[in-house]
Amino acid sequence: MSNDIRIKKGLSIKLKGAAENIVIKAPISPTVCIKPTDFHSVTPKMVVKEGDRVKAGDEIFFSKYLDSIRFVSPVSGTIQEIKRGDKRKILEIVVKPDASNVFKSTKLKDLDAYSSDELKSVLLKSGCWPFIKQRPYDVIADPNQSPKSIFISTFSTAPLAVDYQIALTGQENDFQVGIDVLNKLTEGSVHLGVQSDTTSFFTEVKNVEIHKVSGVHPAGNVGIQIHHIDPINAGERVWVINPEDVAILGRFFQTGKFEAQRTIALAGSGVAKPVYLKTVIGATIASLLQAEDIENAPKHRFINGDVLSGETVSVNNYIGFYNNSVSVIPEGNHYRMFGWLPFVNNNIHSMSRTSLSWLFGKREYVANTNLNGEDRALVVTGEMERVLPMDILPMQLLKECMAQNIEKMESLGIYEVAPEDFGLVDYVSTSKIEAQTIIRESLDLLLKEVG
Amino acid sequence: MNLRNTIDQIKKPFGKGQKLERFAPAINALDTFLYVPNHTTQKGAHIRDAVDLKRTMITVIIALVPALIYGIYNTGYQYFIQTGEAFTFLDALIHGSWKILPMIAVSYGVGLAIEFAFAVYRGHEVNEGYLVTGLLIPMIMPVDIPLWMVGISVAFAVFIGKEAFGGTGMNILNPALTARAFAFFAYPTYMSGNQVWVSEASAVDGISGETILGSLASGNEVSYSIFEMFMGSIPGSIAETSTLWVLVGALILIFTGVGSWRIMVGGVIGAAVVGMLFNLWGANELMSFHWINHLIVGGFAFGVVFMATDPVSAAQTTKGKWIYGILVGVFCILIRVFNPAYPEGVMLAILLMNVFAPTIDHYVVQANIKRRKNRMANVTLKTA
Repeated sequence: MSNDIRIKKGLSIKLKGAAENIVIKAPISPTVCIKPTDFHSVTPKMVVKEGDRVKAGDEIFFSKYLDSIRFVSPVSGTIQEIKRGDKRKILEIVVKPDASNVFKSTKLKDLDAYSSDELKSVLLKSGCWPFIKQRPYDVIADPNQSPKSIFISTFSTAPLAVDYQIALTGQENDFQVGIDVLNKLTEGSVHLGVQSDTTSFFTEVKNVEIHKVSGVHPAGNVGIQIHHIDPINAGERVWVINPEDVAILGRFFQTGKFEAQRTIALAGSGVAKPVYLKTVIGATIASLLQAEDIENAPKHRFINGDVLSGETVSVNNYIGFYNNSVSVIPEGNHYRMFGWLPFVNNNIHSMSRTSLSWLFGKREYVANTNLNGEDRALVVTGEMERVLPMDILPMQLLKECMAQNIEKMESLGIYEVAPEDFGLVDYVSTSKIEAQTIIRESLDLLLKEVG
Repeated sequence: MNLRNTIDQIKKPFGKGQKLERFAPAINALDTFLYVPNHTTQKGAHIRDAVDLKRTMITVIIALVPALIYGIYNTGYQYFIQTGEAFTFLDALIHGSWKILPMIAVSYGVGLAIEFAFAVYRGHEVNEGYLVTGLLIPMIMPVDIPLWMVGISVAFAVFIGKEAFGGTGMNILNPALTARAFAFFAYPTYMSGNQVWVSEASAVDGISGETILGSLASGNEVSYSIFEMFMGSIPGSIAETSTLWVLVGALILIFTGVGSWRIMVGGVIGAAVVGMLFNLWGANELMSFHWINHLIVGGFAFGVVFMATDPVSAAQTTKGKWIYGILVGVFCILIRVFNPAYPEGVMLAILLMNVFAPTIDHYVVQANIKRRKNRMANVTLKTA
C-alpha cells in the first residue's frame, strides 16, 4: 500500500559543504565513549568500574527506573574513565579499545520461534533496545508498553543531513531482517517513509507499509510523517527508529553480535573534505577529521547531528548514540555594523523578504552560529505556522508550554511533536525564541506528571 | 574595528557586576543600533535567520515614509491654497516640515524616554516596537495639535496602552491608536471640526477645511474629485489622506511579508461589501457615498494597512486574521454611517476589533482542539 504525502509548509536551507557521495573507513578511534546524556531522562546505574575489561556487547550500565533496559559497550577494551559532572552525574563512560575486538556472542533461535515478549527480552539484553524511541516524549521506548505502530523515516531533509541510501549501502539485507524483527513488536504496522522521487532500495523493502513523502524540510522528520499517516492521540504510543539502527538490529539477529557500526556524514563549510565515514558509535569526533580541520577547530562549532536540532560538542568529544551526521560550521561571534538594516548582509539566508537573499535562488549558504539579533518579546505572528506542516497551532502551543498549562498543552497537540520538529521555528523566529528547549522542557514535565 | 573597541571601552562600567550594570539595557539599545551583537546560538537551532525585530520594524518605517513625505507636502499644500498665496513644491514641503518634524521629535523623545526607563526598571532589553509607534502617532494627528498634547497622548499610550499590560507583545490595544483615541476624547476641539485639518486655519478667514467625511456627515456635498481623494490633496490627519502612497506602503509590507495581507484584504472586502449594501439602501449622504470612495477617503486605507496589521493587537491565527480584517472593514463603514458624532470610523473600528481579537483567536483555537478530540473519538469508535 502506498500513500503519497506532500509537505508544502517548511523550508529547505541549502548550506555549503554537503557530504560527497564517497564512503571511506575512518581510522580506529583511540577511545570510544557512551554518553548517558544521549538517552534523555535515563538515570544510569553502573555495572562496570574503571579498569574493567569488556567485550563489545557487554553491559556497562542500565536504566535506574526501567532496569530492563541495558546499555552495552560498542567495542571491546578496558573502561578507561567514568567521567562525572555536578552532583556526581555520570557524563561519559570512556572505553579504550583493544586490538582484538572480541564480541559477546548471543545464541539465537529462528526469528519465527520467538514470541513478542521473548523477543523484547532478547533485544533488551543485547543493547539494541535503546535504538527504539517512542513518541510522545521522544525518549527510549518503554518495553512494558506496546506501540500502535512503528515508524521509520528513510530520509532526512535537514540541512547537510545524511543520505541513508549511501549510509546503508551493503546493509540492505540487514535492514530487511531488522524490519522483520520490528514487525514482531507491534500489533499494528511498520511504516516506512520514503522520499517520493528516488529509486532507493527502501522502496523494495518487504513487510512494511511504504509511504511516499515529498516536499521541503521537515518532510523527512518522522514526527511529521506520523502526523500525516497515523496521528498520535493522547494515551497512544508510537515507536520510531533510525534506518541504520534497524540494520544494526538486523545484523544482531543474523550474527548474535552487537556490531555498532555507524556511517557518519561529515559535512559543513568547516571541514576540508566532507564525506561519509564508517566508524563505530561513540568514536571521537577528531578521528573523523583531517589535520587541518583540527587546526581550524577553535573557529568552528562541531555539532552532533544537523545544524537545526543537533548538539554542540567540542572537537575532543565523541559522536552521539543516535546521530548519523556531524556538522561543522563557523562560529559567528563577531559584530556586524548596521546589520539590522533591511536589505543589507544579503549573504545570510533568510525566509523573510526583509533580506534580498531570496533573489539568489538556490545558492549554497555559509551559515555561522550568530544569533543575528537578540531575543525579544513575541511580536511577529504567522511565521511559525509557515514552517510547521502539522495541524497544530505552534505559537499557541508554545505559549501554553511556557505557562506550563498541562491540560491546554494536551489539547493543542503536545503529544504529536518532538523538539526536532520545532527546529525551523527556532530558525525563522524574529524574536529568537528557543522553541525546541521549550518543547523539550514541556515534554519532560508531562512525562513526570502524566507519564 | 576601532569604533568597536571604543564602544567596548565605554560599555565596560555597564558590564556584569560593575557599577552601572542597572543601566545596561539603555547602553545596549544604543550599541545594537550600530552593530548586530556578537551573540551566538547557545541552545536550539545552531543557525538562525537573518531577520530580527529591528529589521522588521525598520521595514515598517520604510513603508511609512512615502505616506509621511506626502503628508508633509499636503500640509503645506492645504495651507497655501487656503491662504491663496503662490507657492512651489518646496515651499509646501518646508511649511509641512516645520509643522510635523517637531511633532515626530516630541513623540520619539517622550515615548523612547519612557521605554528606556521601563527597560532599566524591569531589566529587559529595549524593544523596537516603539520606533514604529512613535512615527505613527504624529502621522495620524491633526496638523495643528499643540506639541504638549502630543506628548501627553504618547505618555498615555505607552503607560496605559502598553506597559500596564506588561510591555511589548502583551498589549491589547494598538498603542498608536490609543494615543489618538486619548487625544480625541480628551481634547475634542483640537481633534475634530472644520478648523483643525488645515495648518494655521484659525488665522485665515472663511476657511473650508472640513474633511470629506465631516461634510458628508453634516449633509453637504463633496467638492473633491475621486482623483484628488486618491492622490490625497484633501484635508485630513497628517499622513492618512493619500491612498496612493499608503498603497505603496502596503505593497512594501506585503512583499516583505512584514504586514499581514490577509488582514488588509479582509478589511477591504469587509468595507466594500458593507459599502455596496448601503449604496443600495441610500438613506443619507454617507450611505449613498459610493463604496469605492469610502475606501479612499478618510483614514480607512491608512488604518487598515498600518494600524490593523499590528501583529500584537491583531488576531494571531491565520483564520482569525481573515475574520478580524473583514470585521474591521465592516465596523469602519458602520460607524461612519450610523454615528454622526464620529464621521471617521476606522480608529474606533480597529480599537474595537483589537479588544475582540483574542476572542476570535479563541474560537479558531477551539476548532483546532475539537478536530483533535474528534479524531480521538473516531479511533475509540473503531477499536470498540
